[in-house]
Amino acid sequence: MHVKMVVGRYAPDRKLDGELGAPYPPPYADKPRKTYQTFEIDLHDEAMVLDGLIHIREHVDESLVVRCSCRCAICGSCAMWINGHAKLACTTKMKDVIENGAVRVEAPPSMMPVRDLVWDMGPFMEKMRSVKPWLEGKPVSPDEEYRVPNEAMDELVQEVSCISCGACLMDCESYAVNDKFLGPHALARAYRYANDPRDSMQQERLKEYSDPNGVWDCTHCYECVHVCPKGVAPLEQILKIRQMSVAAGYTNNAGTRHALAFAESVRDSGRLNELTLMPKSLGLFNIKAQLQSLPSAFNLLRAGKLPPIIHHKIPGVTRVKAIFKKVGGPLT
Amino acid sequence: MIIDYDVLVLGAGLAGMRAALEAKRRGASVGVISKVHPLRSHSGAAEGGINAALDPGDSWEIHAFDTIKGSDYLADQDAVEIMCREAPRDLIEMEHMGVVFFRGPDGKLGTRAFGGASKARTYFVADITGQALLNALYDTILKEGVKTHDEWFATALYVPDGTCRGAVAIDMLRGELHLLRAKAVILAAGGMGRVYEPSTNALICTGDGHALAYRAGAPLMDMEMVQYHPTTLKGTGFLMTEGARGEGAYLTNKDGERFMQRYAPKMMELASRDVVSRSETIELAEGRGVDGCVFLDLRHLGAELIHKKLPQIHEIALNFLGLDMVEVPIPIRPGMHYIMGGVKTDPDGATPLAGLYAAGECACVSVHGGNRLGANSLLDTLVFGRRAGAHSADYVKSVKPLTTGEEFLKSEQQRIQALLDRPYKGETHARLRLELGTLMDEKVGVYRDEAGLEDALAKVRAIRTRARSVSVQDKGRIYNQALLFALELDYMIDCAEATIMSAIERKESRGAQARSDYPKRDDANWLKHILVTQTPGADPKISYLPVTITKWQPMERTY
Repeated sequence: MHVKMVVGRYAPDRKLDGELGAPYPPPYADKPRKTYQTFEIDLHDEAMVLDGLIHIREHVDESLVVRCSCRCAICGSCAMWINGHAKLACTTKMKDVIENGAVRVEAPPSMMPVRDLVWDMGPFMEKMRSVKPWLEGKPVSPDEEYRVPNEAMDELVQEVSCISCGACLMDCESYAVNDKFLGPHALARAYRYANDPRDSMQQERLKEYSDPNGVWDCTHCYECVHVCPKGVAPLEQILKIRQMSVAAGYTNNAGTRHALAFAESVRDSGRLNELTLMPKSLGLFNIKAQLQSLPSAFNLLRAGKLPPIIHHKIPGVTRVKAIFKKVGGPLT
Repeated sequence: MIIDYDVLVLGAGLAGMRAALEAKRRGASVGVISKVHPLRSHSGAAEGGINAALDPGDSWEIHAFDTIKGSDYLADQDAVEIMCREAPRDLIEMEHMGVVFFRGPDGKLGTRAFGGASKARTYFVADITGQALLNALYDTILKEGVKTHDEWFATALYVPDGTCRGAVAIDMLRGELHLLRAKAVILAAGGMGRVYEPSTNALICTGDGHALAYRAGAPLMDMEMVQYHPTTLKGTGFLMTEGARGEGAYLTNKDGERFMQRYAPKMMELASRDVVSRSETIELAEGRGVDGCVFLDLRHLGAELIHKKLPQIHEIALNFLGLDMVEVPIPIRPGMHYIMGGVKTDPDGATPLAGLYAAGECACVSVHGGNRLGANSLLDTLVFGRRAGAHSADYVKSVKPLTTGEEFLKSEQQRIQALLDRPYKGETHARLRLELGTLMDEKVGVYRDEAGLEDALAKVRAIRTRARSVSVQDKGRIYNQALLFALELDYMIDCAEATIMSAIERKESRGAQARSDYPKRDDANWLKHILVTQTPGADPKISYLPVTITKWQPMERTY
């Protein structure tokens, strides 16, 4: 198989020949740009993208730098952008991603490169550390294991399968606009401890993870589920934390208010009242935030996008109410 | 820059992190360097489980006997006793750190069967046990604030006046060399799998710890004992956990026959690894394989068990061969997996070089002797990592701080610069690596003989000469991987030389050392350890140590 590999390279301490990439978004706007170099190589038909990169490193250009170790999706080293999506190079088959004979690989724009495909893991790992990803164990005899059902452990194996490759954060839509968002990886790890029956800090954790930049900042775009190479499905873990924290009463936040206002509107009218959603989410007595949202409201008005002032119920709304009643939960 | 610690740990896999944690808990200031982020360490690739005699129907004595028999009586029995006695507490401790071990119906820890074990004593998390342990231990060092220097690579140990006092390392991200000065150093750098090609080991397993100690004058012990794992995937050589056979998988030849009935009628597929790997090699040599492989057949276990308990190997076989083990047998062959040998230590991790400790795969305590039992390696890392951490923390209390080392740092900087300045003469580290690995697999594999070994030694020495002209074409400072690979190649050559010399020396067959020219075990002459010590300006020196026997006299070994 003949392949053209277009590699986004980065070498802050020397000049590279090739096509210059776009400037980095803030906060990295002052950093040098990437340079795209094309390598034409021959590989066997079943080769992975990583095989191609190692081939270049060993036979074409020794200065190409890529993190890799296990080559079979265990160590988590080789997550990168392949044709604009986060993937592990070691388990991505070249023939599956080749477009018009070429494939494009690079460090994603969301992660500052250190050198070529090696990106700065600092912010990613710091997010994980900040959710306190360790067991604060309940009292137990030092000589005995905790007695817990196997189902409770099994439930956590999905997250424990996480190899911290970073793919989920690379393609996270919320992280793209708010670099303080804890992100899918850290929050999945957070769930792993928040739902561990051996942990004594569940309440504190749920409270903390409900704070701004926590679980409610996820926009459910499903990118993290889509790109995760190990089936961890971080979004699912985020949704579980939300349910646990609402059930535990940590509802004094925009996220919960938004969810409840949304559901209330549907319960009472059968449709979404967009006009009241925003004020209710912000908190009706949060005057500062309400005032801050006014410019957006004026912009909407000017563009003719403001929702109707009078909100109509759908016919047969009583049946919607009946559904809510049957389902149960905080609104019944 | 010079950074001072009481205890410096090289390596952040299970042994290194466990050692660091223990030393810190005992009041030492601790620094850890790792050439990759700790979560990328190769401990994470261990699949099947960790052994401990925890069940009331089991005992540390039975575990010890299985281990000693598995070792072909080359293990030091005092060290094995310590490991097996302390196994339950280290296992429980990891459970308390949050490892999501499989449970039985009563909510207590549950087990699976493993090779060479007379009881089911392997505790596990699906087939990602190493990863689960690695994550829990990493989470704990975050909690307790252990300082790690990630992506730092050690180039030499600092040994002024015959005592180990630190190491020089490159900070890969910035390309600078630093001296990490310490009162004690713990090597926990893992295995040397990449000395062989193919190997189940990750690309980072290049024998760094073995070589650093060897160069500093510490002896390497039992280096001929190289374990070939019986089930490595066709082509890529990836590990298919012994847990598969523990759950009941069969090994079959091209006729669909469970051939282990002819070699180990009692234990069948769960005989010890050296026995199974030799059996497969014979099957292949006698023409009962297909394309150099026999088969691992899991079909009768059913889809549910495979998806629940063996998800990772299911995924690997699917990704790399396009084969679904629920439907078809998987082609496998024996592949280099583990080095029983390593830096000679006592049960506290202390090497004969003052101030230098070693733990985990780079150490030889020795608890694995001629053949390691599956699921004893994770145990080894935790027990002896902890003990090395504890002992070193006590040791450093009576050691005075140093003010020297500038000169040594400077000389290392010059050595590295000279390597970077070498002109290109056509020799590349990648080619030499491949030549070395292929040679080792061919001549120093499951079966060995004098002629092949002598040939291999001559060729490795020729590779050493050629390696002196390997140039680094990448002249960049930041994350210079080519430089790292060139330094690793030198380490690998040291390991290969020590392995071959020991294999030539041992004129018998024991454990993983199967000599076709000396097919019998010879307790009268060879019930002893072989040590290799590097001597400046001469060939490495061979010496011997007796095997410590406590209560288990050597017997004939059948499974």
